[in-house]
Amino acid sequence: MIEPGLYHMLFLSAALFFIGVYGFFTRRNLVTMLMSIELILNSVNLNFIAFNKYLWYDKLDGLFFTIFIIAIAAAEAAVAIAIIINLYRSHKSIDVENAEELKY
Amino acid sequence: MPNATLILLIILLPLAGFVMLGIYGRKYFQNTSGIIGTTLMLISTVLALYTAYGYFFEYVKVDGVYQPLVPLKYTWLQFSDGVSIDMGIIIDPISVMMLVVVTFISLMVHIYSLGYMKGDERFPTYYAFLGLFTFSMLGLVISSNIFQIYIFWELVGVSSFLLIGYYYDKPSAVAACKKAFIVTRFADVGFLIGILILSFYSRTLDFNTLIERLTSAESTEFKSAVAASFMGISALTWGLVLVFIGGAGKSAMFPLHIWLPDAMEGPTPVSALIHAATMVVAGVFLVARLFPVFAISAPNALSLVGYVGAISALIAAIIACTQTDIKRVLAYSTMSQIGYMMFALGVSKYGGEDGLGYTASMFHLFTHAMFKALLFLGAGAVIHYIHSNEMKDMGGLRKYLPITHITFLIACLAIAGVPPFAGFFSKEEILLAAYQNNTAVYWIALITSGLTAFYMFRLYFGIFWNKEAHAHGEHKNEGGFAMMIPLVLLAVGASAAGFIPFGHFVSSDRTRLETEFHLMFSIAPVALGLAGIFIAMWMYKKQNDRPDKLAASLNGLYKSAYHKFYIDEIYIFITRKIIFNLIGKPAAWFDKNVVDGLMNATGNSTKDISETIKGFQSGKVQSYAIYFLVSIIGLALLFIYIWK
Repeated sequence: MIEPGLYHMLFLSAALFFIGVYGFFTRRNLVTMLMSIELILNSVNLNFIAFNKYLWYDKLDGLFFTIFIIAIAAAEAAVAIAIIINLYRSHKSIDVENAEELKY
Repeated sequence: MPNATLILLIILLPLAGFVMLGIYGRKYFQNTSGIIGTTLMLISTVLALYTAYGYFFEYVKVDGVYQPLVPLKYTWLQFSDGVSIDMGIIIDPISVMMLVVVTFISLMVHIYSLGYMKGDERFPTYYAFLGLFTFSMLGLVISSNIFQIYIFWELVGVSSFLLIGYYYDKPSAVAACKKAFIVTRFADVGFLIGILILSFYSRTLDFNTLIERLTSAESTEFKSAVAASFMGISALTWGLVLVFIGGAGKSAMFPLHIWLPDAMEGPTPVSALIHAATMVVAGVFLVARLFPVFAISAPNALSLVGYVGAISALIAAIIACTQTDIKRVLAYSTMSQIGYMMFALGVSKYGGEDGLGYTASMFHLFTHAMFKALLFLGAGAVIHYIHSNEMKDMGGLRKYLPITHITFLIACLAIAGVPPFAGFFSKEEILLAAYQNNTAVYWIALITSGLTAFYMFRLYFGIFWNKEAHAHGEHKNEGGFAMMIPLVLLAVGASAAGFIPFGHFVSSDRTRLETEFHLMFSIAPVALGLAGIFIAMWMYKKQNDRPDKLAASLNGLYKSAYHKFYIDEIYIFITRKIIFNLIGKPAAWFDKNVVDGLMNATGNSTKDISETIKGFQSGKVQSYAIYFLVSIIGLALLFIYIWK
């Protein structure tokens, strides 16, 4: 059993990030896209935590940032879901392909 | 010390009338606006008379000199030390005299218009404009700052424009008001440049300081203004000449006089107020205001004033002999009389006995305001009765308009210089001043005075004697008390104003000037005046063919005078043919092709670029995300590998 180190954490974070990016680009469902954004945010959180723990374990800056990001992610989810609900009301769909009137 | 509040009230009451009648007149004061305007004007007049009395009689003179006082001064725009645009009141003999003249004539016109304009649909607007004009003119005469006078100068121009174009549904009135505005504006450019030159060298805009600095030979400002020269003429002279051009435009001096005859399209009382008695003397007033500078520092500029005045006086008098529209005759006669005032200033010198011309000019301004307003108001009564401006429609009116007849006769005698009417005294002083200083001007003036008598009595006999009039209006009276009272009051003024010892109050250095009366000297002008009257009587008292015969024998001269010496045509030729073709059209081409082209090119290229890149905004959220991601990656690579 290998003790997990910084590189494991970074690998996991990078993997999560790209899964999130992939999901954001390929999914058409807005809720799924929102979930992908959450993945991206959480990969960043993981990075902060990992660096804080392995490199500057006597400081708390990384933790604070993480908490901030969680709070902001919650707010962002609330706004995004409100937008999605409104979109559903007007378009009867939450497919991002159906909402492209806002163009030139 | 005169009370600043009272003087401020004199000026602001007409403004209050303008604001009130201008905004609420049509709504609430359709019928009472005349009474309101007249009442305000009456208060203003009383206050002006009170101020004049206080200044001339109660105020203690210092060493026999009336001091120019500045009871109120508010610094409005400060440019640098000493240079500021102030709003102030200057009280000296000429401004006090002008306050009285302007308020009195304005009051007369206000009362007269109650009858003359009765029933007019835009009655309140008319009174509002009259108030605005009076306010501007009063502001002009009490200005303590050369820029303040310029502001009021333009305000006067605007109100004149509004009143000439009062009958805006008449194309000729519209053309006339535009012409007046453009010609005077053109002259005002000269005035503005003159102000800039004078204030640049004297480093002040304040009248008293400016006069003080530019008249003392020791001051540095004076030295620099004289040292700087352009085309061999000193900057000081240039400045004064340019200021005089502004004055000449407003005062209808040759060759900027072309607007005045056309300005007669306005209502007749307006002609009496603006284009005869008050506004047109603004140019004379301006020269008088700066007179010490003209007389002491730039005698060349002053002699230009003199010659322009004399030429204008003569030309206008010749033209007036041939015109048939009675208001036009009066307009040219006004121009001629203002020419008198101008050359009286021009032949004057500063101080003491030599300053006779200055006193005479101001005296003539004063008496002329009386009798010229009277003439115009009388002509208004005639036009009101007969509904025509043309002399051929008139004749034999003495039976129908007895009061108008008598007062008009008094005014004609006054302007012709018959003793003991007002014009005699002021004209004698002017001629005396001209005789002492410049013989050429004196002879021109003498001839003009004979012509004046001739054309005024040609008018008088043409209107009130001659044939029986065949056109009669529906008015079977003279227009009621409102129109008669001003005529009578002005007739009293025109008969009695000459006995005022004017030199005691107004003189170039503000001391007491005793004007003597030379019996021998007066014989020539009076004889010439009487001769003019008798010739007019011989030709026009009864209908006969003498005028036509005379006109035929003087064919060329008569014709060119009838066509006003073709000056209008020359102007049209210069503007239409030369300026339009050589400057206007190339400028229009440049504007259309170069300036507009540049603007269009900018617009078109912007349009083309946006046309090509607008596809990026597709509305697809995920493609935006891709641009975003690719850009971030690009930037990251840039920072990592290139900018390190």
